[in-house]
Amino acid sequence: MKDIREDIAWAKINQDVLKSLENPRKLYWVILFCALAAFGVGIGCEVYQYQTGLGVANLNNPYAWGLYISTFIFWIGMSHSGTLLSAILHLMHADWRKPIYRFAEAMTTFSLMTAGLFVMVHIGRLWQFYYSLPYPSERGIWPNFQSPLLWDAMAIFTYLSSSILFLYVGMIPDLAICRDNMHEGWRKKLYTLLSLGWEGTDRQWRNFRVTYLTIACFLSPLAVSVHSIVASDFAMSQQPGWHVTSFPPYFVAGALYSGCSGIITLFIILRYVFKFEEYMTKSILKKIVRLTFAISMIWTYLNAVEFASVWYSNDQASKDILIQKATGTYAPFWWGMIFCGSIVPLTLAFKRAQTNIPVLFAVSLLLNLGMWLERWMIIAPTFSHGYYPWTWDHDQWPSLIQWGMVFGSFGWFTMLFMVFCKVFPSVSMYEVKEMVYHRSLHLKKSETAEQGAH
Amino acid sequence: MSQRHLLALFNNFEDAEAAIYELRAADIKGFDFDDLTLKSPIEHHEVEDVLGQRSAKVQWFTLVGALLGGLLGFFLISGAQANFYAQIKGGKPIVPFPPNFVLTFEMFVLGGVFISVLGFLVCAGLPAKRSPLYSAKVSEDQIGILVKADESAIAKIKGVLLNHEALEIQEEAGK
Repeated sequence: MKDIREDIAWAKINQDVLKSLENPRKLYWVILFCALAAFGVGIGCEVYQYQTGLGVANLNNPYAWGLYISTFIFWIGMSHSGTLLSAILHLMHADWRKPIYRFAEAMTTFSLMTAGLFVMVHIGRLWQFYYSLPYPSERGIWPNFQSPLLWDAMAIFTYLSSSILFLYVGMIPDLAICRDNMHEGWRKKLYTLLSLGWEGTDRQWRNFRVTYLTIACFLSPLAVSVHSIVASDFAMSQQPGWHVTSFPPYFVAGALYSGCSGIITLFIILRYVFKFEEYMTKSILKKIVRLTFAISMIWTYLNAVEFASVWYSNDQASKDILIQKATGTYAPFWWGMIFCGSIVPLTLAFKRAQTNIPVLFAVSLLLNLGMWLERWMIIAPTFSHGYYPWTWDHDQWPSLIQWGMVFGSFGWFTMLFMVFCKVFPSVSMYEVKEMVYHRSLHLKKSETAEQGAH
Repeated sequence: MSQRHLLALFNNFEDAEAAIYELRAADIKGFDFDDLTLKSPIEHHEVEDVLGQRSAKVQWFTLVGALLGGLLGFFLISGAQANFYAQIKGGKPIVPFPPNFVLTFEMFVLGGVFISVLGFLVCAGLPAKRSPLYSAKVSEDQIGILVKADESAIAKIKGVLLNHEALEIQEEAGK
């Protein structure tokens, strides 16, 4: 099984990818419609919460964060997909990433945009968001620069802006292809503007290569820092169940895990919707699946480390939280997280499953459910079983408004992602050509060597 | 003497490479080898062997951007923290280094990325008007050699390019 055929004509690569901008399968419109509907629900809930107050979310002391911050962490985690495929695997010269890294980068950008919304939504009083920004005011008061919450804001801003630039810079040669092949109209104008007059000269390619590599080098540690900082939001507090040293690596592993399973889901959807069977091959899918399996095992190990360190620390409050998770109100969800995150991925160890698309689609959805539950299970049990006994009878169930907003966030993300794939090439044409070129060269060399040996 | 531009299109990189080698070796009067530009649909690492060392300067922008970003971040935060008339620190360090390192790192990355992209635009000459001798085939599957030379040298250059199976040669008067 090959990652890609070596004999695909370069002109055909252009044609196939450009066709995806015009003629997707009907399922595309169904997905877009559903996404718009879900987004509409989210907007409705936010408007209602904005007008009525945060009480409608059923958030109250001591339960202050709820699904909003759980889903925020979920989306931040999802954003690690693009960095893994574009930056980390680029630095490791894994060329099988080439046909699929563009959509993973788009996933990064849009999931960060979605995550950012939740920070604002959970404040309730949206109009006071500017309080958290470091600006010189007449009061001479600054945000607390030692707070991980401020680090978080800065880290997400850096990650989002760098990811957008990374996505854009990497797309310039493809935008030039679109510019050269589109008929007159808004698309041509847009591509002409965005391609900046790219002509593929040696000077442009030389500087392009260095820039892309440089941003990849910056993004790799940045991605690790972003999720470590999100972990610090919890680990630097004194709350039982959160004050754990292994939280940063645990969060980073969880982020890569949910990012990879997100890639599998979208890989399967895009492959079918845009007829990319020749580029998003089963061989590439198999590689992502194996990577996901490896990361799932790391995540499982880190979970075990966390439970063991809590247990052996003999800190009664933390132990109580762990017991609460396994036996209390949230037990079905906690066990659901263990099942989806640690048991379901065992399916991926079987060779047959690694290329079975319906099975993989179902598994990837379950993995993502597990990852979402993980974030909820980090937040909810601690709030409902803190140090003080008065918190113990506060098992707050999220209101429909919170659920609606979570649902809406999936709609918002899907809508942005599907619109992006329809307007911009979701497969990198020039990188696929490079892949085909290098593989055909390699094939020629080995054929020549074989003939020489004979 | 007036100068002219030539764009020759080739079917593959090997033919274009051979033509460039010959143009370099031919030492044609009125043609400076540095005025030769290769246009291709993909990045060829081998291009440096063919064209000789033409270095990229983006990394210097990156260095300056990252250092300035980091320094700016650190001093902005420290400046705000050192405002101790307004913020009573109660014996704690006025400028705590460990937590400040986090934001300094973020600004270091931010500066590095932004200025690298700026450097890319400057070094690659973007945004640019498309040159009159551009062929859309270069973004598809053909390799282009763009040459600027004196009118007297054009015939010889054309000969070399055709010798190496140029598919098409476009010509335009330069400035």
